[in-house]
Amino acid sequence: MGYSRSMAGHDDSGGNPTLTRLTLHERHEALGARFAPFAGWEMPLQYEGIVGEHQAVREGVGVFDVSHLARAWVEGPQAVEQLRSVTTFDVTTLPVGKAHYSLYCNEAGGIDDDIFIYHLPGERWLVIHNAANADEDFERLRAVAGDAASEVTPETVMLAVQGPEAVALLGRVLGEGFMALEQRDCAELQWNGASVLVARTGYTGEDGGECIVGAEQAAALWDAFIEGGAAPAGLGARDTLRLEAALPLHGNDIDADTHPYEAGLGFAVTLDDGAPFTGRAALAAAKEQPRTRRLAHLAARDRGVLRAGFAVREPESGEEVGHLTSGAFSPSLRLGIGMAYLPVRLAKPGVMLEVDVRGRALPVEVVRRPFYRKPKDS
Amino acid sequence: MDHETPENLLYTPNHEWLRRDDERPDEVTVGITDYAQDQVGDVVYLDLPGEGDAVTAGERCGEIESAKTVSDLYAPVSGEVVAANAALEDQPELVNASPFDEGWMVRLRMSDEAELEGLLDAGAYRAQIPEH
Repeated sequence: MGYSRSMAGHDDSGGNPTLTRLTLHERHEALGARFAPFAGWEMPLQYEGIVGEHQAVREGVGVFDVSHLARAWVEGPQAVEQLRSVTTFDVTTLPVGKAHYSLYCNEAGGIDDDIFIYHLPGERWLVIHNAANADEDFERLRAVAGDAASEVTPETVMLAVQGPEAVALLGRVLGEGFMALEQRDCAELQWNGASVLVARTGYTGEDGGECIVGAEQAAALWDAFIEGGAAPAGLGARDTLRLEAALPLHGNDIDADTHPYEAGLGFAVTLDDGAPFTGRAALAAAKEQPRTRRLAHLAARDRGVLRAGFAVREPESGEEVGHLTSGAFSPSLRLGIGMAYLPVRLAKPGVMLEVDVRGRALPVEVVRRPFYRKPKDS
Repeated sequence: MDHETPENLLYTPNHEWLRRDDERPDEVTVGITDYAQDQVGDVVYLDLPGEGDAVTAGERCGEIESAKTVSDLYAPVSGEVVAANAALEDQPELVNASPFDEGWMVRLRMSDEAELEGLLDAGAYRAQIPEH
């Protein structure tokens, strides 16, 4: 048996001494984590196993250490306008105590990163960046906000608690303050004599929350979630969960050469306020143009696993019409799923195509997103 | 972590095992070892050769897809496929749960029994498992 391919989006350069270790590395090691390099970090890829961790989050509750995500503050009376000038979503409409998804675009309208912005009391804004883009993203904030922008990645830990039982667990651990939060609310709570920034957000398609806590309190908070019944879950399960929920991964499904409209992210772009943010002119033009391609969601209709990079073909002509930007075996649906940019005439639910799985033609169907939707009663 | 390495089997450096059949001395059963299943993680799909297919020692004869990776299955000896484990179609996780028994992959009729001499016994294989 030989290993021929690593997980999409993860390099396999193992044992690289320049990798940054998580504050809670020893906690993960004690729980049996297997580590993998990801965007310069030594991250838990899995503990007991990807499928079990995935199911724990779909059926109960799991906790992820997502401290590789970069965290930066922009503060002061100018912060809201400074953020509006570099991100696509109109943050001037975001009330205190709310969080929203947004994008950094380049002048051509391509997506330099997808981000989350939290509006906290006292003209304080927290911005969450992808690890791989952390330096460029922070430079972008610095360029408009100067010293009013500050990075807090090294001195804090970020934990995501996700699953149908996550809100109850977060409430038991953090108290009433968390139970008062609605979807995409954010707040600072007191826990164990320290401040914890919490938001009812996530990246799994499940309910739950994300917590940012000072490094000194992080181990105690992690332990409280584990002792409260959360299964530790790694990057492997995070990837299958977000893909089932059809949430794009920057660097795979969206990048500097894709624009928000073809990626189905138009909801994160505000044009009607007239604000001159980076990329606005190109996006305004793109919005009026007919799309040439669209990010489509593909489900295998025979046994097999879809992986990033595989070619998508039209069955009759054999013509190559795209490549998978992400792909995985869906543990919830027990079939291969993936995403690909396809010509608009093919990016329609019900269209049958083929994916070239190392020389084998696997039939796939274009389906509506998401692949997996949590049951209404949960 | 300790991995099982039953004494009555032969092994390849690629982490396949091979069991000789007492009643049919020219037939062998093949699978991947406990160490191998632990390395690949949760197995979600297998592409195994079909009955009657010819396989060549050391050459790729199937694929093992786990949640995180795809690995090649190599034939430990040359011969003809007598059977593939149909139970793995619906329960690929048997490879993880029972690598040496219910998680077997193919039965082969050997074309050259002398190839067995090139395989490892349990002790020699154990010495090849990387320490973690």
